[in-house]
Amino acid sequence: MVRAMPASHTFDFPNGTAAYLGGLRAAALSVFAYVLFGTYIGIGALAYDFNFSLVWVTLSTLLVWAGPAQVILISTLGGGAQVVEAAIAVGLSGVRLMPMVVSLMPILRGPKTRLHQLLLPAHFTAVSMWVETMRLAPQMPVERRIPFANGIATGYMISALIATVAGYYLAARLPVLFTAALLFLTPISFLVSIARNSNFLVDRLAMVLGLVLGPVLAYRNIELDVMWAGIGGGTLAYLIHRIRAGWQ
Amino acid sequence: MSLTSSELWPYLVLVLAGFLPNEVWRWLGFALARGVDEGSEILVWVRAVATSVLAAVIAKLIFFAPGALASVPLSVRLVAIVAGFAGFIVFRRSVFAGVATGEAFLIVGALIFPT
Repeated sequence: MVRAMPASHTFDFPNGTAAYLGGLRAAALSVFAYVLFGTYIGIGALAYDFNFSLVWVTLSTLLVWAGPAQVILISTLGGGAQVVEAAIAVGLSGVRLMPMVVSLMPILRGPKTRLHQLLLPAHFTAVSMWVETMRLAPQMPVERRIPFANGIATGYMISALIATVAGYYLAARLPVLFTAALLFLTPISFLVSIARNSNFLVDRLAMVLGLVLGPVLAYRNIELDVMWAGIGGGTLAYLIHRIRAGWQ
Repeated sequence: MSLTSSELWPYLVLVLAGFLPNEVWRWLGFALARGVDEGSEILVWVRAVATSVLAAVIAKLIFFAPGALASVPLSVRLVAIVAGFAGFIVFRRSVFAGVATGEAFLIVGALIFPT
């Protein structure tokens, strides 16, 4: 079926299934599928080290679907923290998901979209999926975006699930340096991907202030350090942005 | 405690401490997205806070490294993250180049300066 396409759409799919498969393909071609694979080998190995079961850690990948939150969950619970402490730490790391979902939904939503169709993409939203969907989805007609986003996310999740299982089984045999290198994938890939997406002064300032305030507050043993670093750094960055905007 | 509840306890903890505190932000974002205008000022501030939170999480993963990463000296971890960022800038803002450069510095650094 041939139909007229608006000039702004770089690519289109004949139906929803093709868009879903297109999303899977986009996932396989992006650097994040491989970064996630490495990250989740590290998470599987970490879970093994702290005596969690394979089913438990696999379920955590499906349900939590956020690398840092899973690292925090496994290391706090494994280190003997209370359930409430672990929940607060995980909750603080999850704050970043809210604005990602807020900014993604209007891009996926079309005039005929039912609300429940957005529930799955909302659960799938994580740094990797958000970065790639925000970049690629606007280039196609709106009715193809939800299956495409679900395709990207399933591709990433398949990579992460295989890696979780592989990491769990490899844990006992992995050299310490190799596991360390895998655990390092999360901070380094997140740092460069937020830097790539920070095109405005306010975002760059927020990144630098968070990097500085996070460890400073943590070393001073301030409670809820990550939350205060985020609110403080983000608000300061926003105020600087407003003052500069006021001058112009 | 009965056998069944002690077997299910880790899964209950997964839901209470892992799934719910993380997922609630997605639900909140889902609810807020209905009325939010993409270009609104509040979204600029929310995004700045989120970026700062993520940056703070990254910095804490470097300074208070989990598991095996703690066996690499802090100085090596710091040099590696800075080198990775520099690699990202030098190689035309490529995420892959940044990750590869950072990892290379971490592994070589850890081999030269073992704890």
